[in-house]
Amino acid sequence: MFLVALRRLLSAIPVLFIVSLISFGLMRLIPGDPAASIAGTSATPAQIEQLRRDLGLDEPLLMQLLHYYQGLLQGDFGKSLLLGKGVLAATMERLPVTIGLSLYALVLTLLIGVASGIIAALRQNTWVDQVAMMIAMLGISIPGFFLGLLMIIFFAVQLGWLPSGGYVPFTQDPIGWLRSTTMPAISLALLQAGLLARITRSGMLEVLRQDYVRTARAKGLPERQVILKHALANALIPIVTVVGIIISLLLSGAVVTEALFSLPGMGQLLTQAVLSRDYPMVQGGLLLVTTFLVLVNILVDVLYALIDPRVRYE
Amino acid sequence: MSDAAVIDAEGIAQKREHPARTTIKRLLRHRLFMTGLVLFLIIATAAILAPWITDVDPNRLSMRNKFKPPGEGWIFGTDSFGRSLWSRVVWGAQLSMLIGASVVALNAVFGILIGAAAGYFRRIDNLLMRINDALMAFPAILLAIAVTSVLGPSTFNVILALGIVYIPRTARIVRSSVIVLREMEFVQAAVAAGAGHWRILTRHILPNAMAPVIVQLSFLFAFAVLSEATLSFLGVGAVPPTPTWGNIMAEGRDFMREAPWIITIPGIALMITVMGLNFLGDGLRDVLDPRLRIQQ
Repeated sequence: MFLVALRRLLSAIPVLFIVSLISFGLMRLIPGDPAASIAGTSATPAQIEQLRRDLGLDEPLLMQLLHYYQGLLQGDFGKSLLLGKGVLAATMERLPVTIGLSLYALVLTLLIGVASGIIAALRQNTWVDQVAMMIAMLGISIPGFFLGLLMIIFFAVQLGWLPSGGYVPFTQDPIGWLRSTTMPAISLALLQAGLLARITRSGMLEVLRQDYVRTARAKGLPERQVILKHALANALIPIVTVVGIIISLLLSGAVVTEALFSLPGMGQLLTQAVLSRDYPMVQGGLLLVTTFLVLVNILVDVLYALIDPRVRYE
Repeated sequence: MSDAAVIDAEGIAQKREHPARTTIKRLLRHRLFMTGLVLFLIIATAAILAPWITDVDPNRLSMRNKFKPPGEGWIFGTDSFGRSLWSRVVWGAQLSMLIGASVVALNAVFGILIGAAAGYFRRIDNLLMRINDALMAFPAILLAIAVTSVLGPSTFNVILALGIVYIPRTARIVRSSVIVLREMEFVQAAVAAGAGHWRILTRHILPNAMAPVIVQLSFLFAFAVLSEATLSFLGVGAVPPTPTWGNIMAEGRDFMREAPWIITIPGIALMITVMGLNFLGDGLRDVLDPRLRIQQ
């Protein structure tokens, strides 16, 4: 178990190194003079010069790279130009909103996706199966932000049931949090729920054909126990594999959802940074979010090894 | 299963039908594939015929006619500047198709090139795949946003950004097929016969590695159209007033109460495109690469 975790962590090092190089290189890709581009058209040459020095862009590229890694090793991910504070601090402030939203959406995804996948598999080729799979296909095909907009038009503008935007922290008012995050979470979850329903269904169908399921039935176990204990436990394995991908898609999708519902999360922070040319924030934020994702995926792999002993002895 | 058996029997009866014909026949009989094809063709035809089926310039303002609901005189209604939504959505379709096709073309060329190189030449495999892993570690839409913001918002840069985001995913799929094929006996036979690397790759390995790539590219078309709409909706895609579906929907946000059709019409067009391409991809996967069906 420990070895699996260690091996995965070690293999993540080169990936994270290249990720950090790409993040570093990104700001140097700005066509023309980055300092002038960030400062905007109204800046004086002196201001541009000052900004160039502040960002360290007047140094040779190798020195810039050295300072970049010196900073990273000390936990310094750069400083946001817009907010006037460290990227790490700004990210930490916003991350709880995004994590809360993503977890809520993950719970919805798992509940809807796994349940409808199992039901569809148990009623294979009946109308229940077909309807469930049609809804899943629809969920995959509706763009998340379009679904979000439709929900705003219907539930917020027309019916006035839920607020169309704004955010209430969970610690302040759990009911208010639910009201402000339910529509975003549903619009975020549906796509992944559709994918998961299809994966669960085919996994379940595969497992239900196995001999040990027949054995379980033959020895007279109640059907509920056969399904939940013998079949589902094995069908869960491919599901856990995709949970890592789903978390990655949820965090990625949260960028759009947060912008749409004006939730003050990571996604909103980064889109605002992009729109206001706050490149240090973009660079550092991108690196932080990606590192976070890589760590989540390692956690999922370890979890995978925990539930499937075959992985451990490879 | 029985379907395949019937076709096989026919194939023998007609003395070896060309395999491509068998595949096309099976695709034509695949209901999901045909539904997807029809949905996709509706949008693609509108995109190609854009100059002939729209009579008003998509950017022509007409404040007198603003917020006209869909119907009399205005097929899809008008927006807050009195621009014809029919013109804007149809021209938006053209842009979506252009971007989707370009991203697919970029992926077809570079994804196959990189994937084949990594899978075939072991020496560069590790390096290429580490770069690939790193690019895939970024959340896709965030990386696309960051790249377009750095390069500046334009149609060309959106294509470039989406290429950078998706090529690693295509390369990975090509590589995994090439690695398996490289060890096959018919490839070793080609080596023994003295074929060079280029000939082995292009004549023996790649033709056999195409099925999963074609399936991937059809899903990729859907991702590209969707990502482009998302980028322009967030304001980092093609610059307004360029009529892209994302731009139109973003502009419609301020008028959801009085003119919800500004959002719903391009949204439905987007949905039809994505759904059509997903159906196409599912159909292609069933016919070309049945093994993958079990995993999904």
